[in-house]
Amino acid sequence: MTLNKNNNLYAFSILVKKEIADHIRSWKFIILLAIILLTCVASLYTSLQALKNTAPGPNDPDAAFFFLKIFTTSDGTMPSFHLFVGFLGPLLGICLGFDAVNSEFNGRTLGRILSQPIHRDYFLNAKFIGSLTVIGVLFTSLVLLTIGAATLLVGFPPTLMECNRLFLFTLLTIVYVAFWLNLSILFSVRFKHTATSALVAIAIWLFFTVFYPIMINIVAKAVQPNPYASEAEIMQYQHFMLTLMRFAPSQLYSDGTNMLLMPSIRSLGPLHMEQLQGAIPSPLPIWESIKVAWSQMVALIACTIICFAASYYFFMRKEIRC
Amino acid sequence: MEGDKMDNPIIRVRQLTKKYGDFTAVDHLDLDIATGEIFGLLGPNGAGKSTTILMLLGLSEPTSGEIEVCGTDPIRSPIAVKRLVGYLPDNIGFYESWTALENLVLTAQLNGISYTEAQRRSLSLLEKVGLRDVAEKKVGKFSRGMRQRLGLADSLIKNPKVLILDEPTLGLDPMGVKDFTSLILRLSREEKLTVLLSSHQLYQVQQICDRVGLFIQGKLVADGSIHDLASRLFQDKPRHIQLKVHQMDTQRARGILEEMQDVKIIGQQDNLFHIDGDEIIVHHLAKKLVEHDIHITQLQQRIYGIEDIYAHYFEGGSTNDAK
Repeated sequence: MTLNKNNNLYAFSILVKKEIADHIRSWKFIILLAIILLTCVASLYTSLQALKNTAPGPNDPDAAFFFLKIFTTSDGTMPSFHLFVGFLGPLLGICLGFDAVNSEFNGRTLGRILSQPIHRDYFLNAKFIGSLTVIGVLFTSLVLLTIGAATLLVGFPPTLMECNRLFLFTLLTIVYVAFWLNLSILFSVRFKHTATSALVAIAIWLFFTVFYPIMINIVAKAVQPNPYASEAEIMQYQHFMLTLMRFAPSQLYSDGTNMLLMPSIRSLGPLHMEQLQGAIPSPLPIWESIKVAWSQMVALIACTIICFAASYYFFMRKEIRC
Repeated sequence: MEGDKMDNPIIRVRQLTKKYGDFTAVDHLDLDIATGEIFGLLGPNGAGKSTTILMLLGLSEPTSGEIEVCGTDPIRSPIAVKRLVGYLPDNIGFYESWTALENLVLTAQLNGISYTEAQRRSLSLLEKVGLRDVAEKKVGKFSRGMRQRLGLADSLIKNPKVLILDEPTLGLDPMGVKDFTSLILRLSREEKLTVLLSSHQLYQVQQICDRVGLFIQGKLVADGSIHDLASRLFQDKPRHIQLKVHQMDTQRARGILEEMQDVKIIGQQDNLFHIDGDEIIVHHLAKKLVEHDIHITQLQQRIYGIEDIYAHYFEGGSTNDAK
């Protein structure tokens, strides 16, 4: 039986290897990779320039976190690194996943693979693990390269605290891209044509990046309280708007990254004056930062898992007629 | 069924049914296939051949019924079955941007074969199917015939006990069909394989199958060797006889034929007669004609082949006589 198990693992690793090789060789991935690399290098360069010219003031609580600032600062010409990733990451995920199952189905290779002695879910799992590996390696190396380059430029290494936060930031980014990956894999299981699944996935991405904020603005105008309304009413309004915004996965991601990369942030929502009274403007310890954005991160992970579970369900029930 | 041969069938199907909503694709199918034989599943498009094959492989779940392949139930343990069964779908897909060798090695590795062994086995199989020269070429550039041969190599790479071929010669030219069927025949005899092949092309099947099963609307309406089927089906059908005599003797021959009571002339084109009658008649007729010194150029009794069997079932029993 152990031999059997080893065999299964071997077959699975072969499938994962095939996935990774397919991604690395494919043009769509190479092009998207080039875009991401270029924009990231550009945004890092501008942030380094900005930091060089305007050194953080002594009373800035984030002054001690130089390496975190690299990822969030910008001189105004380009958006910062974490905004870029929040924008392009979904595209990368969609690009890796939108044709995962239906292209193999249409090319009739799905039937050939599944008529080999492997479990049916291996196919889908390998698609997911393979793409996740590519995403993970890509973002880890991107962050490490940035830290390395910055260390060379400024001449001092990052602290352990910064490393921890950057590690969590990388992890969060991978989860965020994995969400879009799973969403597009789900569409690739559901829709027969690769074009349909790509368009649907991109439409959803476009909806959340462009139209959703517009809709929120409209709603905001409609329910806006009177400027002379009571404080409680205004607070309620603010909370309501934030809740609406957090239906967008990009909002969840940016809440999480903001907390991780800016240790001085105390809360993601509005605060009462009395809550701020007596607060020392010092950075939060990492665990406290995580706690602030805890629900957002959990929601993001939950979305990822739900998408994967749905594609798993549909894939296992799919009729393989080849 | 066929005595001792069927005591231990390698494929055993009992009361197999598959429904898609209201539509019944396979209807209470019983089927036994003996070890080492080549069995042909014949039937028109949409008769349920492919569905049956997918269920044999455990790729599709039956609505009800039992299946046993090599002593294993493909519904409960599809992996054990897939280890022993090679499958060539009707339109096999390969990774177009990979070479033939890479495609084969992938399949071999999925069967738990190490890379070096996979490489060795792939090359020897490519040699066998005659694709050794193009092993390093991308499959995207392959012709239909080459793909089909590569597909055969692909299904043989796991050293299967049973080979299932779904419409293996579809879309091949006549020479390609001939090459391919003889390749299947040779390989199956060499490796002592049990082959189950489905087809709606009749001639190729007649040539290589030991036994055929006729499949119409999800039901197996007949099975057995082609000869058995024909004699069983047409034993009480009138034999169609063709008689051609010398031009000069046409009138006289007609006279003789009209005289004979058992003979029914169903057509005449100049000196060519089409006659219905039973087996004894041919002998009788020949004797009589010779006695009257009629010059016979051709006397032929029609042999019933697979096409007649097919037509018999497909058209609901009304065959022949259409001329």
